[in-house]
Amino acid sequence: MSDLNSQMADRYKNNFLKEIEEQAEMGEWVKMCMQCGLCSGSCPTNFHSGWDHPPQEIFMMIRAGKREEVLNANGMYMCTSCYNCYVRCPRKVPVTHVMHGIAEYAYKIGRAPKNQPTMHLSKTFWTNATKYGRVNEVQLTQSLYFKDGIAAGIKKGLEMKDVALGLVKAGRLNPLEALGMGHKCKDVNGIRKMLAKAYELEAKRKGRSA
Amino acid sequence: MAEMKTAAYICKGCELGTRLDTAALVKVATKDGKMAVVREHDFLCSADGVAMIKNDIDHEGVTHIAIAACSRRAKTEAFNFPTVAMSRGNLREGVIWIRPDTDEARETTQEMAEDYVRMACAEVKAMQVPAGNQKTGTIKTILVVGGGISGMTAALEASKAGYKVVLVEKTGALGGWAAKLYKRVPTREPFKAPEDSGVADMVARIEADANIKVYLNATLAKTSGAPGRFKAEIAIESGAIVAEDVGSIIQASGFSLYDANKLPHLGYGKSPNVVDQAGLEALAKEAAAAGKPICRPSDGKEVKSVVFVQCAGQRDSTGEHLQYCSGYCCNTSIKQATYFKDSNPDIDTVVLFTDLRTPGNGEDFYRSAQNRGVIFSKGVVSEVVANGNSCTVKFKDLILNEDTAAEADLVVLATGAVPNSGPDLDALAEANRAAESGGEEEKAKVVQMLSSSILKLDYRQGPDMPQFKHGFNDSHFICFPYETRRTAIYAAGPVRRPMDIAQAMEDATGAAMKAIQAVENAGLGKAAHPRAGDLSFPTARLEGCTQCKRCTVECPFGAIDEDEKRFPLFNESRCRRCGTCMGACPVRVISFENYSVNTVGAQIKAVDVPDEFSEKPRILVLACENDAYPALDMAGLNRHEYDPFVRVIPVRCLGSVNTVWITDALNGGYDGVMLMGCKHGEDYQCHFVKGSELGRYRMSKVYDTLKSMNLEKDRLMDLEVAITDIATLPQKINDYAARVKEMGMSPFKDL
Repeated sequence: MSDLNSQMADRYKNNFLKEIEEQAEMGEWVKMCMQCGLCSGSCPTNFHSGWDHPPQEIFMMIRAGKREEVLNANGMYMCTSCYNCYVRCPRKVPVTHVMHGIAEYAYKIGRAPKNQPTMHLSKTFWTNATKYGRVNEVQLTQSLYFKDGIAAGIKKGLEMKDVALGLVKAGRLNPLEALGMGHKCKDVNGIRKMLAKAYELEAKRKGRSA
Repeated sequence: MAEMKTAAYICKGCELGTRLDTAALVKVATKDGKMAVVREHDFLCSADGVAMIKNDIDHEGVTHIAIAACSRRAKTEAFNFPTVAMSRGNLREGVIWIRPDTDEARETTQEMAEDYVRMACAEVKAMQVPAGNQKTGTIKTILVVGGGISGMTAALEASKAGYKVVLVEKTGALGGWAAKLYKRVPTREPFKAPEDSGVADMVARIEADANIKVYLNATLAKTSGAPGRFKAEIAIESGAIVAEDVGSIIQASGFSLYDANKLPHLGYGKSPNVVDQAGLEALAKEAAAAGKPICRPSDGKEVKSVVFVQCAGQRDSTGEHLQYCSGYCCNTSIKQATYFKDSNPDIDTVVLFTDLRTPGNGEDFYRSAQNRGVIFSKGVVSEVVANGNSCTVKFKDLILNEDTAAEADLVVLATGAVPNSGPDLDALAEANRAAESGGEEEKAKVVQMLSSSILKLDYRQGPDMPQFKHGFNDSHFICFPYETRRTAIYAAGPVRRPMDIAQAMEDATGAAMKAIQAVENAGLGKAAHPRAGDLSFPTARLEGCTQCKRCTVECPFGAIDEDEKRFPLFNESRCRRCGTCMGACPVRVISFENYSVNTVGAQIKAVDVPDEFSEKPRILVLACENDAYPALDMAGLNRHEYDPFVRVIPVRCLGSVNTVWITDALNGGYDGVMLMGCKHGEDYQCHFVKGSELGRYRMSKVYDTLKSMNLEKDRLMDLEVAITDIATLPQKINDYAARVKEMGMSPFKDL
């Protein structure tokens, strides 16, 4: 158990709903769910890709105080952010955002599964974007291609080479980005400072050490 | 009575003049109809046309008029001649609008019109102008039984409209259940916080109202009489009987909570910490009075966790408990949960439900409770186990599909409502039969059943109103919810169907309006719904009566008693003019002045029946005037065509159809008879509740007659028609006409 995880478990004891409300982004919406199941009925993934718990079940589990089950669940990482549930929820619960909020919280306290593809993408994207102040497309693509090893990465790269060359020719892709060059934002240090301040404010609001 | 002088008027407007040979229609009215005066007019419902008729009535001594124009349901304001008998031949909706304007169709269309002229002439000659019920009662006071929210609302509304009210309340105080509430669910924007019940204010208004006379600790000892002249004998606290004369009655006897002692598996009676919803209201009131938080009854410690169990003993499919939803309990539990959350947000408050139903603006209230942190879990409770000062609620979580449990200091059971509707009349009749031949036990049962009677009506049909599903007082549930089967007696509030305070207040207001309408109509000798304003009433030729009692038994409204010689004794003020008695009478001695066995029989005989080689069959349609006839009119309005060989006669109700009409028609050479009536059974739509059911039962006997006449079963066709069957009805008529053609012409022509 990571420090933050045990810290939080300790602080909220049996009140997991309160923990989610205070610690997870949009967590305060969990109590407003009325268990109609429209979110699950609207989900285009059809839960074929191994979702263990659809949104309204995750919400119910939170309300029933099932901390371990929720933090071990994969449902919140499987969302493709199509926003179907979000627009359809009769209670106007921002289901997509709540799911992301729970996933982010699980990651923050060290409970996210290793190598979960959407979690990996989010993390890579965030690291990449905060490093340069904007997304470095070549490095982002590379890190995704080589996620499962060098051989798999080269194979994927060769498959996509015609597309990449086309993009380069059309001036839509700068190969120098691979070296950390290419377009950048004007004041990356300013952005980093802004983010640091945001982290500080969040930690203060959520009562945890930054 | 002055001598009968007949007149027929044939309209040429609305294309009748171009589509039909009206000169031929004039000849038919003169020759076949034998009318003394026959006139054509280009536009009969115009001021000029109406003046022409009026002139004949005033100066020519015309007493009976037949108007051959549009449907009897159209132009009723223009053709309003209350001093003469009037019939209407339906040439527009019934003939030209349902026939194609083609050369081939011209002949049959004209024949159809001629028959309707003959029928109108024959009908009016068998009619008389209704004189009105002379035995009227003119008492306008309204009796309200029950002093809860419904009863108080009804009393205040009737008083506001200027009517005197007598209010009888069984207990020592007004207010009913609402007075026992700590607070009620919100009624105003933003529907977030429970409100004061408002009972004290209502009681104060009633006490200050000179129009309202209140009897507390009082019950009805006997109610006799009829609309406009009921006599209510009220047993008051001292044991004395006070008599009050009233014109109509509103029964607002409310409900009792379902007995939680029948739910031992939910811990009731095993732990003082398991209460029903009324129990929690009492705890909340007590706590508020003492200025303390709500405490658990077992040891007086503050409640830290509470579980609400919805549908406790309700919506039960096993038949052991209530089968229905009581309609208010979800909102009540939400309200009670806020009692806890508003005093201390840290109290664990869980509502276990299967389907949360929040009528009115309850959805907003539900959301506000969620916002307060009340946990709503979808689950079915299997057991509540008491352990010391705490309870374990075992339930199946329906979302997570697992058996689980919750600990609670207090458990609240939403047990629902049982109507205070008095004894079931069928069960009472059964008990009476058993008591006649049985011993003390059976007799005691009857006494016990009678003791639960609310109205103590002195009616041969029993002491209370009939009951509908689940013991609620009968009301015309689908079409006219306020209507009952006892004229000028209206049920209001949760005795009629499950409802909450807001609905009960609306319901009671409606019942008060109906009660006012009833006393006014009764005073004028007019019928109440659905033939409101009708002045005719049934009379019987007693010298022909065989005392078979069918009329007294079948009357859906309990309007017919028996006199000391066992003849039917009509109670005109209670009568709704459906004619079920007339249809039931095997010796045909019951009739109305403007509607009788003869008025319809004469129309049946007036139709020209061509011989069997003409290939022109005749199909008689007896159509209920409430649903089927308007549907046919609207089919005409929409130009839906149907078979030219049908002849439609409107009847007041299928229940008024006397079997003699069917046998006469078939004997007279008709090839088929179609009956069109409303839906019957549990979800009936018959305006007279039982009329179509009784009519259909009677018709089932006609099939034996068909057999004895060697006729096919399909010569008689019974069709269930709703007013909305506008597009499908013509098709059904055509299908039946095709079936008649298949069977071939009737062998009874020209006999």
